[in-house]
Amino acid sequence: MSDQAISIIFFVAIIALTLAITAWASRRNVDTSQHYVAGGEIKGWQNGLAISGDYLSAASFLGIAGAIALGGFSGFYLSIGFLVAYLVVLLLVAEPLRNLGKYTMADMLTSRFNASSVRSVAALSTVTISMFYMIAQLNGAGALIGLLLGLPYALSVIIIGILMTVYIVAGGMIATTWIQIIKAVLLIAGSLLLSLFVLARVGFNPFELFAQVESELGKEMLAPPPPSGLVAGLDVISLNIALVLGTAGLPHILIRFLTVPDAKTARSSIVTATWIIGLFYLLTPVLGYGAALFVGQDAISEANVAGNLAAPQLAEQLGGPVFFAFISAVAFATIVAVVAGLVVAASSAFAHDFYTNVIRHGEASEREQFRAARITAVGISAAAIVLAIPLGSLNVAFLVALAFAVAASANVPVILLTIYWKRFNTTGAIVGMLVGLISAVVLVIISPNVFTGPSPEPPATPIITIDPIFPLKSPALISVPLGFLGCYLGTLLGGRGAEREREQGIQRSYDEIHVRSLTGISDIEREIHVATPEQEPRTT
Amino acid sequence: MAREDEWVRVERTSAFKELTRKKKAFIIPATIFFLVFYFGLPVLAGFTTILDGEAIGSITWAYVYAFAQFAMTWILMHLYVSRANRWDDLVDRARHEAGEVR
Repeated sequence: MSDQAISIIFFVAIIALTLAITAWASRRNVDTSQHYVAGGEIKGWQNGLAISGDYLSAASFLGIAGAIALGGFSGFYLSIGFLVAYLVVLLLVAEPLRNLGKYTMADMLTSRFNASSVRSVAALSTVTISMFYMIAQLNGAGALIGLLLGLPYALSVIIIGILMTVYIVAGGMIATTWIQIIKAVLLIAGSLLLSLFVLARVGFNPFELFAQVESELGKEMLAPPPPSGLVAGLDVISLNIALVLGTAGLPHILIRFLTVPDAKTARSSIVTATWIIGLFYLLTPVLGYGAALFVGQDAISEANVAGNLAAPQLAEQLGGPVFFAFISAVAFATIVAVVAGLVVAASSAFAHDFYTNVIRHGEASEREQFRAARITAVGISAAAIVLAIPLGSLNVAFLVALAFAVAASANVPVILLTIYWKRFNTTGAIVGMLVGLISAVVLVIISPNVFTGPSPEPPATPIITIDPIFPLKSPALISVPLGFLGCYLGTLLGGRGAEREREQGIQRSYDEIHVRSLTGISDIEREIHVATPEQEPRTT
Repeated sequence: MAREDEWVRVERTSAFKELTRKKKAFIIPATIFFLVFYFGLPVLAGFTTILDGEAIGSITWAYVYAFAQFAMTWILMHLYVSRANRWDDLVDRARHEAGEVR
């Protein structure tokens, strides 16, 4: 059997499995609550696996292995940042979000601010972030399938896009959750196996792996790049800001906390997720250095300049064609699952926030809402496909880092201040989100990523041949403080002040937000009564 | 009674006050600590060479620092969760207390 036939069998098996899950889930996907958040009935360990599935994207599996294989230690920054980010999520965001939100990130903000403008801007930023992220994933998937099955890039993107649409429209959040869970298990199993193959070559001694890297590839592969001036140093810090804060603003991760019944389950799902994600990231140096040693850096950069195919190449080198096909299918499942999660986040922002609550002023019937959710899922997938096809040459890791930077700048300040700042008002929320969103995107455009100058350093290719105006590749160092500043100045200078807004009914009292976010009490009349049944007049 | 007063009443219970105090006492120092520890790595690596030396075998101090961040994440996470699970009792107590002063 030819290698390509083996690959096709694995791909078809993955597709069949995910479609079977979707068919099963579609019988339960009967209303908007099921569609958006799986009815809020997902268990802690399931949600933990699903968070891992949502989070460990093509950038993690393909991107970090490649970055370490080609760049050494500096690629490991991504692993550290992506993991430590969960402390921000756990300590500051997850439980209040679970307690205040319903289906989307905007729900959480509008639990305090009764303004459709806040909802619209939050929906805009959700759709923008998810789109960048989705284009990155489709981009990676297209390249992967193209390489393995010999399909043209555009056709690969269209196939994945159609699959995605089927999952979401038919199976909603339930199908997405189970696809994430299976993908997470496959990904962990695949990376563990691949790491064992690598470690077997060095007598199962990780120290020996590092020693071989030092003797064969040089000491600089194991140390951070030597300090080369202020700009380079600030760029590293800027990237790390985006990594550690971005996760707490990623809509497809945030909505996972709304699929569980209470804050305690949200908490336990983070514990599961952080262990899985951390163990996976601990394997990334093994995969990256293994690829550099046993595949060779030249062969890796020849297959893909960014090193995105290092992990599958390593599998082929150490385990032959069947293992190669398996790892490639795992990478494919990884991408499919992440895109599915993103489509749910983006389409719920559009359908629930924009259509139901802004255009229809919350008066759409349950059936209309459910239909709108499914139609927008189709629309979002189609838009992502149309955008991803011409952007095939962009670097995957760059697009994901951009999504993180936008999330950190536009969403994180407003989420934190909504929960923790008493004086915050609607003008502040809107200004903060817009300033964060626009500054992150504009700074990236005028940075060396896009304004490459006529002859950028390889592997970058010229995009716009103007010299960069903003020197850093990652915008977070400037755009995150700008996001906070926007919230602060918007609150101080614009609008009516939190107290006036409360009197006019534009804003809920902060006492309510404070109590709700900390305790999860949502219906105060009922819950305080239930807590003291002895004071109730008995009706039976 | 107006709905807003009910929230204030929960806020005034001793259990709720204890909850906010305990949460703050853990979360604020923990957040400052992990952010400083986290940004220590890129700051030291981006502006100095002190992490370039070898610590154990061929493993550099940069990797030791990086692995320490993994340990820190898991330890802080479990410290927080074990506390937070106890704080859930305070939430129940706050509900009761708020009901009783009615």
